[in-house]
Amino acid sequence: MLAPVYHVLPLATITRERKLPVAGKVSAHMNQRVSATDVVAEANFAREHVLIDVARTFNVTTRVADRMIKVNQNDRVTQGALVADAGGLIPRTIRAPRAGRVMIVGGGQILMEVGDARIELRAGLPGVVTQVIPERGVVIRTAGALIQGVWGNGRIDSGLMTSLIEKQDDLLTADRLDVSLRGSVILGGHVRDADTLRAAAELPVRGLILSSLYSPLIQTAYQMRFPILVLDGFGALPMNSAAFKLLTTNNKREATVNAEHFDRYSGNRPEVIIPLPVSSEPAEPDDFYNFGAGQTVRMRRPPHAGMIGTIATLRPGLTPLPSGLRAPAADVKLENGETVVAPLANLEVVG
Amino acid sequence: MPTSLVQNESILAIDVGAAVTRAAFFDVVEGEYRFVAAGQAPTTAEAPFKDVGIGVREAIRNLQSILGTTLLGPQDNNLIAPSQADGSGVDAVVATMSAGPSVKTVVAGLLPDVSLHSVRRLAESTYSRVVDSLDLSDRRKPEQQLDSIVRTRPDLVILAGGTDGGASRSILKMLEAVGLACYLMPEEKRPMVLYAGNRKLANDVQELLGGHAGKLQISYNIRPSLETEDLEPASHELAGLVMKLRQRQIKGVDELNLWTAGNLLPTAYAEGRMIRFLSKLYESNRGLLSVNLGASAATIAAGFNGDLTLGVYPQFGLGENLGGILQHTEIEQIMRWMPLDISSNSLREYLFQKSLYPSAIPATPEEHAILQAVARQALYLAVRTAQKGFPAGARPAQADLMPKLDLILAGGGAVAESASLGQSLLLLLDAIQPVGITPFLLDQNNLLALIGAAATRHHYLPVQVIESGAFIGMGTVVSVVASANVGDQVLRAKLTYEDGTEARADVKFGGLEIIPLPSGQTARLTLAPLRRADAGLGPGRSGTLTVNGGALGIVLDARGRPLSLPADAVRRRELMKRWSYAVGG
Repeated sequence: MLAPVYHVLPLATITRERKLPVAGKVSAHMNQRVSATDVVAEANFAREHVLIDVARTFNVTTRVADRMIKVNQNDRVTQGALVADAGGLIPRTIRAPRAGRVMIVGGGQILMEVGDARIELRAGLPGVVTQVIPERGVVIRTAGALIQGVWGNGRIDSGLMTSLIEKQDDLLTADRLDVSLRGSVILGGHVRDADTLRAAAELPVRGLILSSLYSPLIQTAYQMRFPILVLDGFGALPMNSAAFKLLTTNNKREATVNAEHFDRYSGNRPEVIIPLPVSSEPAEPDDFYNFGAGQTVRMRRPPHAGMIGTIATLRPGLTPLPSGLRAPAADVKLENGETVVAPLANLEVVG
Repeated sequence: MPTSLVQNESILAIDVGAAVTRAAFFDVVEGEYRFVAAGQAPTTAEAPFKDVGIGVREAIRNLQSILGTTLLGPQDNNLIAPSQADGSGVDAVVATMSAGPSVKTVVAGLLPDVSLHSVRRLAESTYSRVVDSLDLSDRRKPEQQLDSIVRTRPDLVILAGGTDGGASRSILKMLEAVGLACYLMPEEKRPMVLYAGNRKLANDVQELLGGHAGKLQISYNIRPSLETEDLEPASHELAGLVMKLRQRQIKGVDELNLWTAGNLLPTAYAEGRMIRFLSKLYESNRGLLSVNLGASAATIAAGFNGDLTLGVYPQFGLGENLGGILQHTEIEQIMRWMPLDISSNSLREYLFQKSLYPSAIPATPEEHAILQAVARQALYLAVRTAQKGFPAGARPAQADLMPKLDLILAGGGAVAESASLGQSLLLLLDAIQPVGITPFLLDQNNLLALIGAAATRHHYLPVQVIESGAFIGMGTVVSVVASANVGDQVLRAKLTYEDGTEARADVKFGGLEIIPLPSGQTARLTLAPLRRADAGLGPGRSGTLTVNGGALGIVLDARGRPLSLPADAVRRRELMKRWSYAVGG
């Protein structure tokens, strides 16, 4: 059976595509070394449009109105610029209500785009540009530790990672966040009150990496301007031991927190990348395997949610579960030595 | 059925669900089509696979191992078609699909209560999520409407309005806004557009949108006159557009469509088609109801003598949208179904956590109980939403009751994969709350959509497969509507078996009783309601009728309609345990 993979890798080659949502200009070039916050591409896009109905304003047919229009497609116009002129003894004119660009002219109307907004696409991870995607973005490659999360608030930043977690089930509270942590990426346990998030915002921090988050705080987390990445889920879940060990051993290292939304279809998911120096390029991680004995797995659901173990045997056929359901399952030896039966649908391979 | 009417053609039917891909095999046995076996595998539409073909082949491989025949070429892994002399391969493939992200849809019509209402109903017949709506009452300027469409980046726009030959100017203005919005989007992101309004404007629509839409489809008017609504032709076109969209979005869908000779269908559409067909075939006076609760959506199809109401509700699916169910219901409404003493906070965390892993299954009794409670509320909401669209003739006198139905057919992961048939039936009774006398069938292998898709190749296949027992008969349920106090006797029932023996039950208000009647047997059921209760024959009316058996037999449900649960949580949980025990635990 095909197995999903959860990446907690101490050292891997990590390749990520970074693309603008609209066509723009790519400023990075091939083989350029970039830091996570470097702008690699930018684009201007119109937030709004203005439709000027010349025919209606002048009360003429669309064909007549088209002749009165004084601008062409792609013209840039300033606010107040003349865009249509009806002529006559008492001249009647239409002026551009806002500065912008003429998108289409025809049918007695002018469509303008206005309110230019600039999008800056940041590298998101430190590394080397290995491909330039014309007008869209780049592919960046780096080597380092990779730890995936399950939820992110859509922000991205990087900074020195400081661990405030001592045990996997630690609670992160506002009183643990003092001024010495300003500008840091904080590694914490679970968060159950909005005060902790607000305290982090006030410092401010460059990111929060959490084991879990109380679900009523999701909206508050979205409002935060720094990245919040959740490793194990919602509620009061302890941090899985694989991520706990890897992250805490990388304490005081530069970490990039890409808390992008988990998109099941594109495969984009929140992740922490800790760049590491290497003499030779490590292997790129596989994205899926078939389940097999000896694999390290993470339990996705109760009764052992978040625990790490090793598949001892794959059971043939369907196995009855305590819930009464029957499903393909495996015997999994947990880190505490206990062997439990788990449905394969609730496992993911750690690798 | 004369055997000459059945071509000896084996059929492989594939359903790509949000979490599970199923491959089922139908073949001709003694001149009639039979469901032979099914294999399944996790769906691979999502990352890291991003190719439904991987899951489809895995499901076929599992089917192969059950059948003991070869369907995929051992070297190239391609489907062997047609079947070969050595018994390998298959003659024809049909397929349905519900996997994929919700289809972001903009709906546009003229009058909110007329054409827009119909467009919404049309959009609800597939896996759509309405992100914006335009109509004559919309106070936004045209450019604001346009900006809104561009911002929401819809996958699909459905437009209608005007009776045939009627209003045109307002529709043209709306078309203009949609056309401009399409023009402003990157070519590869332009939405598909379905126009189902005033037919007289077909040429204008083609001119305004043809060059700018991702794909334009013009259908018959869904409101040819103010009084008439006809969604069927447009829903067919919509099904085609949704599958084209999936081809654009997900790798492997192209190939699957090729295997089916271009007849890949949305699962819900195929289910709806079957329910319409069955309601005609069995000349159902009252109606047939099909409910399917899966990871991607809750799908409700109701057929009333050939008139179909189809509702697809991704917001009530038990997969990645589960966290969002709290936008549609209070958490207490889910808590009321909970047989365990857990806090509302724990339930909230469960909903969000489960949405992270849509394909995960409950391993513990506690998880299972929570999922069943959530499933009850999700199905309850879906059925009530769909009920609003039932034809006027099918609306009961008492608005908070279901109409009387001839049959209820249930499927989908949450229902079909309960720990026991009794648990499945209890979930359905709690969520649907049927009235009168209703047989229940369980589509354990989720075949309904597949035989709906296969019906395009062989018209007799659905009937032959259904009548061969491919669905599990759960039993016949007598649901009593009564105005009584808990503990008052409301029904006396007597079941006379074929061998003349009798079984009796005195049913009290608030109770749930079962009289065994095995599958394949019929018996005479005499119902004598008390206190003017209605056991399906009319208030206070007694009578005798022939009933079919099922896995659970005859279920006498006198818990009241609408089902009213005690406010006290401890008492409520005790009652639930008692009811669960009554259906076999």
